[in-house]
Amino acid sequence: MKQVLVALVEDKPGVLNRIASLFRRRNFNIESIVAGHSETPGTSRITIATDEEEHLRRNIIRHNLLKLINVIDVVDVTDRPCVIREQALIKVRANGSIRGEVGDLVKIYRARIVDVSTASLIVEVTGEPDKIDSLIEVLTPFGVVEIMRTGKVAMIRGAVNSSDQEEVIRWKNGNGRNHKQAKK
Amino acid sequence: MANSKRMLKGAEIVWECLVREGVETVFGYPGGAILPVYDALANYSDRIHHVLVRHEQGAAHMADGYSRASGKVGVAMATSGPGAVNLITGMATAMMDSSPMVCITGQVPTNVLGSDAFQETDITGATLPVTKHSYLVMEVDSLANVIREAFYIARTGRPGPVLIDIPKDVQNDVTEFEYPTDPIDLPGYHPPEKATDEEVAAVLELINGADRPLVLSGHGVLMSGARDALIAIIEKADIPVTTTLLGNDSLPHSHPLNLGMMGMHGNASANHAIQGADLIIACGMRFDDRVTGKLKTYSPNSRKIHIDIDASELNKNVRVDVAINADLATVLAQIKPGVKQRKRAEWLKTIQAWQEDATQRDVLQLESETLLGAQVIRSICENIPDDALIVTDVGQHQMLEAQYYSHEQPHTLITSGGLGTMGFGFPAAIGASFHRADREIWAIVGDGGFQMTLQELGTAVQEQANVKIAIINNGYLGMVRQWQQMFYNAHYAETPISSPDYMKLAEAYGVPGYRVDRREDIEPTLKGARRHKGPVLIEFVVEQHEMVYPMVPAGADLHKMIRRPHPEETSV
Ligand SMILES: Cc1ncc(C[n+]2csc(CCOP(=O)(O)OP(=O)(O)O)c2C)c(N)n1
Ligand SMILES: [Mg+2]
Repeated sequence: MKQVLVALVEDKPGVLNRIASLFRRRNFNIESIVAGHSETPGTSRITIATDEEEHLRRNIIRHNLLKLINVIDVVDVTDRPCVIREQALIKVRANGSIRGEVGDLVKIYRARIVDVSTASLIVEVTGEPDKIDSLIEVLTPFGVVEIMRTGKVAMIRGAVNSSDQEEVIRWKNGNGRNHKQAKK
Repeated sequence: MANSKRMLKGAEIVWECLVREGVETVFGYPGGAILPVYDALANYSDRIHHVLVRHEQGAAHMADGYSRASGKVGVAMATSGPGAVNLITGMATAMMDSSPMVCITGQVPTNVLGSDAFQETDITGATLPVTKHSYLVMEVDSLANVIREAFYIARTGRPGPVLIDIPKDVQNDVTEFEYPTDPIDLPGYHPPEKATDEEVAAVLELINGADRPLVLSGHGVLMSGARDALIAIIEKADIPVTTTLLGNDSLPHSHPLNLGMMGMHGNASANHAIQGADLIIACGMRFDDRVTGKLKTYSPNSRKIHIDIDASELNKNVRVDVAINADLATVLAQIKPGVKQRKRAEWLKTIQAWQEDATQRDVLQLESETLLGAQVIRSICENIPDDALIVTDVGQHQMLEAQYYSHEQPHTLITSGGLGTMGFGFPAAIGASFHRADREIWAIVGDGGFQMTLQELGTAVQEQANVKIAIINNGYLGMVRQWQQMFYNAHYAETPISSPDYMKLAEAYGVPGYRVDRREDIEPTLKGARRHKGPVLIEFVVEQHEMVYPMVPAGADLHKMIRRPHPEETSV
């Protein structure tokens, strides 16, 4: 099982650079990294997938991330029930005669055709990475021109917040407490 | 003027904030992009003394040395581009040894940032791996808070260097200045404090149940102020201690439970004790490869406890049974009451046998015609007061210092451990002298390393820094020569190194100079040199082929040390 980390970080210049630099210099491998605004203004949430299998090494990666001053919290969701999704755009060579065939496959995968030209289609698909792999496989015989994948985003199932949002709100209200400690 | 609002330039805010942080000394070198800050210095020079160095690397090492001597945050300052880049070696050195430091650099104006402007270097980018944190200050309004945060981050948790890069226009911009007094708000930064009750219980069970426990005492013992608590615990429970290089002064040398240094050039008895222990209690150290040797065979039969302020050090190199991320002094206070009084005579007897063997192999027991580095260092130790500060450079002389200088008091040794930076010793000693001008400070340096930063003689003279320089001149990059002798068929590629005439050098800089090449001259010369205030230079011309023993070859099993031949085996 690949490792998936969800980090809550301050929106400050260079944060992504600090994270990428950390992975490079510690010789950890980033499989994918996806960043975007979180529900709290001034913070972003980042999903990082690594290829680390070993439990203690995973913990070290997490603690190295926590060491970055602008990283507020990091949760290792690898072994927790969570929804993991990825999106892909797949451009397929398809003229009139085989469009129908591609369209059928796309339906089975609950994907969508989002662009059509005389010689090609763009398929948009969202799902678990395995599902995307599988769709790419079945589309390959038609001639795949280009693939663009976003990398994984992850969220823990149920009412818990990946970064224990109550705590985050508390510090935002000027009532900060030892958040990382609490997570130990 | 306490907290009234005033209109100030960014450059003035820099000095205002330094004053508030209690900074008394800044080590730096001016240049175009930091000119506004230097221009504003005049109004603050009654409160802050600026030391003009001869190379920015010197400024960074001086700030580091000052910080290690005083426990305060050292400050180095430089211009953009080449000035900033010259600080990097010093930042990397401070980072590895957890030394609190703030570096302030000038930067090209914000409107040309990123355009390869004259003397532009992306210094925050370049220093990412060698700083604890860094700031590029894009507007003057955030400057005061950035400086406050930088000092806080530098000195708390696991300390380290923090860089503040300030574009020239930000230094010139004017704003309403009011020193921030609200609590520092760093949502992602919370140094750990104490151990949980479960962790304390787990530690106590292991300690009280162990027959052959051993404490590994590192730099963290000194940094967290845990020395007294540690001594109380080991005395109560009769637990021997071995130290890292940076923890060499974490326990009195003469303490009966002190086995001395561990690792590559550590005492054989200490390394044997590590391999034979049934419990390792690692305090404020990080299992560097220079102390563990081969990890697979490291202390194979022990349970392990590791206490460190940096969570990312736990289980990094050595897998442990109990890992505690907390402040060491706090943890030791927590466990002390529960540690059972106990004698461990059998274990100590085993260790004693290893120690006796080492004594017989001691180089000082050997007859030698030439002067030995070890003799010089032992002599310095015997001739100066216990509270004198030793600052070393890197190489054989550094290891000989660790072996032959007996540190009785804490905070009496400064050395570059993690990075092993040649050229560190002399400037670091100058920096340390600004903490207490009356303290006796000795820079013990090699002929190679001294030549890397000897231009700071200029600084030492201009400032009349009270530093005694002992050059251990063996005509070689000795430590590298030792590796060549042992592992490269004595093929001394580019390790013989010439030196200038040090007496003429001393004369040129106007400092008293002495040369010693006979054993009987060591003591009288030391006595003479000690009578001078201010910088003094002594060159000790020593045996060129001296070896540092024991030695664990890099990556070898810790107990498989190459030992100095036993006197009965051969004569050297
Ligand atoms: C900046 C730097 N360059 C190279 C080295 C590699 N190195 C380690 S010890 C050593 C030799 C030091 O020679 P010297 O200063 O004469 O001290 P000695 O070993 O002879 O006591 C060298 C070159 C280093 N540690 N630092
Ligand atoms: Mg030498």
